[in-house]
Amino acid sequence: GQIISPVMELKMFLLVLGLLVGTGSPDMGSSQGKCSESLVQGPQTQENRTHTTHSKKPFPVLSFGYDYVRLPFEISLWVLLASLMKLGFHLMPRLSSIVPESCLLIVVGLLVGGLIKLVGEAPPVLESNIFFLYLLPPIILDAGYFLPIRQFTENLGTILMFAVVGTLWNAFFVGGLLYGVCQLEGHRLVTVDLLSCLLFGSIISAVDPVAVLAVFEEIHINELLHILVFGESLLNDAVTVVLYHLFEEFSSVGTITVTDVLLGIVCFLVVSLGGIVVGAIYGILAAFTSRFTSHTRVIEPLFVFLYSYMAYLSAEVFHLSGIMALIACGAVMRPYVEANISHKSHTTIKYFLKMWSSVSDTLIFIFLGVSTVAGPHEWNWIFVVATLIFCLVARVLGVVGLTFVINKFRIVKLTSKDQFIIAYGGLRGAIAFSLVYLLNTDHFPKRNMFLTAIITVIFFTVFVQGMTIRPLVDLLAVKKKQETKRSINEEIHTQFLDHLLTGIEDICGHYGHHHWKDKLNRFNKKYVKKCLIAGERSKEPQLIAFYHKMEMKQAIELVESGGGSKLPSAMPSTVSMQNIQPKKPPQDRALPQLSKAREEEIRKILRTNLQRTRQRLRSYNRHTLIADPYEDGWNEILIKRKKMKELEKKISQMNNYLTVPAPPPDSPTIARARLASDPQAWGLKSATESIPSIKVDLASPQSPESVNIVDEIGMKGSQPKVSEEGGGLTMKVPSPTKPRKDQTTDEDNDKEPQQRLMRCLSDPGPAAEEEDEDEPFLH
Amino acid sequence: MGSFQSLPDDHQYRTLSQKTGFSLEQIAILHNRFKQLSQNEETLWRDDLKTIQDLESNPIRSQIIEAFFDSRNFQKDGVGSVEEIGFEEFLTVMSYFRAPPQNITVEQREEMRRAKLRFLFNMHDTDNDGTITLEEYRHVVEELLSRSGALGRETAKGIADAAMLEVASISVGPMAPDEFYEGITFEHFLKILNGVEIEMRMHIHFLNMDATVLCK
Repeated sequence: GQIISPVMELKMFLLVLGLLVGTGSPDMGSSQGKCSESLVQGPQTQENRTHTTHSKKPFPVLSFGYDYVRLPFEISLWVLLASLMKLGFHLMPRLSSIVPESCLLIVVGLLVGGLIKLVGEAPPVLESNIFFLYLLPPIILDAGYFLPIRQFTENLGTILMFAVVGTLWNAFFVGGLLYGVCQLEGHRLVTVDLLSCLLFGSIISAVDPVAVLAVFEEIHINELLHILVFGESLLNDAVTVVLYHLFEEFSSVGTITVTDVLLGIVCFLVVSLGGIVVGAIYGILAAFTSRFTSHTRVIEPLFVFLYSYMAYLSAEVFHLSGIMALIACGAVMRPYVEANISHKSHTTIKYFLKMWSSVSDTLIFIFLGVSTVAGPHEWNWIFVVATLIFCLVARVLGVVGLTFVINKFRIVKLTSKDQFIIAYGGLRGAIAFSLVYLLNTDHFPKRNMFLTAIITVIFFTVFVQGMTIRPLVDLLAVKKKQETKRSINEEIHTQFLDHLLTGIEDICGHYGHHHWKDKLNRFNKKYVKKCLIAGERSKEPQLIAFYHKMEMKQAIELVESGGGSKLPSAMPSTVSMQNIQPKKPPQDRALPQLSKAREEEIRKILRTNLQRTRQRLRSYNRHTLIADPYEDGWNEILIKRKKMKELEKKISQMNNYLTVPAPPPDSPTIARARLASDPQAWGLKSATESIPSIKVDLASPQSPESVNIVDEIGMKGSQPKVSEEGGGLTMKVPSPTKPRKDQTTDEDNDKEPQQRLMRCLSDPGPAAEEEDEDEPFLH
Repeated sequence: MGSFQSLPDDHQYRTLSQKTGFSLEQIAILHNRFKQLSQNEETLWRDDLKTIQDLESNPIRSQIIEAFFDSRNFQKDGVGSVEEIGFEEFLTVMSYFRAPPQNITVEQREEMRRAKLRFLFNMHDTDNDGTITLEEYRHVVEELLSRSGALGRETAKGIADAAMLEVASISVGPMAPDEFYEGITFEHFLKILNGVEIEMRMHIHFLNMDATVLCK
C-alpha cells in the first residue's frame, strides 16, 4: 500500500481543519449560535443574486456564492474530516493498537472544538434530533441485520435480565443515592429534587450500543460475552425510553403515585413489544417485496434500507422503542431477503451498512469531543465524582447479583471472569449525552450540571475502560472469538443434533426449548417461506443451501486465487474421491488396465483444466469485496464442475484406456479482444469456450463402455483435431486465456503451447505402453 | 400407579440415581413417562415409541428409536440390538442427555463428552464395525434431507461425499491415490466435532416437574 508520510498527513489534517474553522459556523448546532461568516461578505453575494442593479456593473465572470451550498458543503466537510481521521489512525498501527479508535476520535473532536473556539466561533453541538434521526439508525441497523440470531435467542433470558432488571437497578440505585448526596451536600445541590435525580439516573444507567460496539469490535472477545453485553445495550433502550418519559412527565408535577408506576409498567410492555411488532411488520413487508425484485436487482438494497428506516421512524412517532423496531425489522427480514436477492445486492447491503455505520460512529465520537468544548458546563466536584462512583458500583453490584440468580437457570454458567468483563464492558456513550441535551432547562435548572457529569462519565468509561479492557482481556485470558470456518461436518451434525434433541424431548414427554424451536421451524417452512421467498428456493432445506453456499464460496475462492494448481482448502487435492470410494473388485477383462498412476494423471489433467477455465476476474481492491461475476455464469461453472466430477468417477470405474480429442486453443489476441469489450459478460463466455470438450472414445471394440460429454465449445466453431499416432488419439487442451489487462506475472504459464496429454495406445501388451507417452504435460 | 409386580421402591431408585446421575424426582417422573409409553408394562417395545405423535415429523425418527434398543448404549459392554428394554435401559439412554453438573473436574467433563459423542457415533455406525463408512454417512445425510422432498439423492450423495473428504483431509492429511480411507473412526469423529461443544449442547432440561399431564 501507499505510505503517507506523517507530514503529509498533518498537512491534510490542517487543511481540512482550516476549512472547517473558516466556514466554521454552527449550522449543525443550536440555533442560538452566531451566524457570522468570516469569508463571505455581504455586498458581494447580494450583488450576484439580484437581477436588478442600480448601476450597470460589468458582467461577473467569476463569482462567489457560498450560501447556496453552505449546508451540504459543511456536512460533507465534516464527514470528510471524520473519514480522513479514520484513515489516519489506521496508518499508525502502534497507536491504534493501544488506544481504541473511539478515544482518538474524541480527542480529535476536542481539538477541533478547541480550534473553533479559539477562532472565536461557537463550535457546533451534537443536536439531538440529528443524532437520533440520522446518526444512530445506521449503526443499529447494521447491528440488527447481522445479529447472530442463534446465540441471541439462546441467551435471550440472560440478556433480558441484564437489560431490564439491570438497568432498573442501576437507575434507581444511582438516582436514589445521588439524591441522598444532594440533600446532604447542602446549599448548591439541595434544589435537585428526587425526580430529577431519578431521571438523571435512568439516563446514565443505560449501556450504550455505539460505545460497546466500538470497543468490543476491536478486542475480539468470545461470542457469548459479546452477545450478552451487546444484546443488553440494545434491549435496554425500551427501559430507558419508558423511564425517561415517566420521570420527565412527572418532574413538573413533582410526585408519582402508584397508578403512575403501574402505568409505567404497562407502558414498558407497550413500548418494547410495540416496537418489536412494528419492526416485524416492516420486516415482513420488506421480505415480501424482495420476492418480486428479480427483474430489478439494482434497487434491491434500497428496499432493505428504506423499510428499516421507516420502521424506525414509525416507532418513533408513537414513542415506541425505535431501536427495538429496527433490530426486529432487520432480524425478521434477513433470512427471507437473503434467499431472494442476488449475490451482488447482498454485498451491496453489507457494504453500505458497514460504511454508513462506520461514518456515523466516527461522526458521533468527534461531535462528542466538539460538544464537550462547546459546553455549557457547570462543574460540581461532589456531584460529578459521586455520579462516577455510584455508576461503577451500581454496575458491579448489579452484574454480580443478577449473575447469581441467572446461573441457577443457565447450563453454561457465567464465571467470575465473564462477570468482570460484562461489568467492565458497560460503557456509556452518546445516547445518554443526547438525552440529557434534550432536557428542558426550565424544568431542569441543573441541566448543565447533568451534562457535565454525563460527559465525565462517558469520558471515563470510553477512555479508561475502553483503553484498559484490551490488556485486561489478555491478562485474564478470556476466551477469544474463534475464527474457524464452519465445516460441512459441523453443519450436518448440528442439524442432526437438533433433530435428535427434539426427538428425545418428545420421547420424554415434555415440551422443552427444542420442541418449540422445531415447531417454529416447521411452521416457517410450511407457510412463511412459501409466501416470502420467490420460486424454488422456498423449498430448499438448510443443509442443501449451506452446501451450495460452500460450493459457491469455494468456486469464488478458486477464481480469486488465480485458478492455479492450488485448490481451496476445503477440498484438498490430497484426498480425492478415489480415496473414499470403496474399491471395486478388478474386473476380469482381457484388456490391460490403466495403472493407478495414469488414472491419477488423467484426473489431475481434468481438474487442472477445469481450474484454468476459471479465469482470474479483476477483483476490486476493497478488503473483502470480491469481484462479483455475472450470476448465471457461476451456476454454469458449478454445473460444469459437477459434470467434471461425474466424468472423473466414470473414469475411475473404467478399466480401459481412453482417447480424448480437444479443440484448438484460442489465439491470445482473439481472447484479448473479446475480453476487452465486455468485462462483465466475458466471464460467462470464456468459461464456456475454454472448457475442453472431452469426447472419450474407446478405440477398442471390445469395451462396451464409452463416455460422452456434452460438447460445450461448439459455438465458436472449433473442431476437435484428431491426429492419429500409432492407433491412439491425443487430447489437446486449449491454452488458457487469461485477461492481459493487468496481470503479467501469470503469462509464463499461459503462453504454453498446446499441452499434450498422454496417449493411451490400444496395445494388447501390458507393459509396452508405459513409458512412451509419459511426457510432462503440466507446469 | 399401575399393576406392577415390583413397585419401584426407594432403594431401586437410589441405585439408579447413583448409576445415571438423575435426581430421585427426575427418576420418578421419567418412570411415569415410561409406564405411560409402555402401557403399564414392564418393558418397552419399538412400537410403543412409534406411537408418539410428535415423533412422526422427525426425519431421523427411526435412528432415534434404534438408539434406545442398541445394547452399546446400555453401558454394559453389549453389542447388537434388542427387542425390548426395561426402565433401567431407558433411563441409561436418557442419561446421555443430562447436562454436565456444575462442579466437575476437567477429566470428568472430558469423560462425559466422550460418552455423549460415543452415543452419537453409535447412532451413525449401524453395523457396529467401529467406523462410519461412506455408505453409512450417506444414509445419515439422506435421512436428514428426507423430509425435504425429493431434492435428489445426488445432492445428498454430493454433500456426504464432500463431508467425508473433509473428514479424511482433517484426520489423515494427504493421501496417495491408492490409499483407501476406510471410514470415520471414533477418534476422527472426536476430532471433527472438536469445535462443537457437545457436552454443552447435547442436553435436555429434565425438569423436576411432572410433565406427563402436558403431553398427549
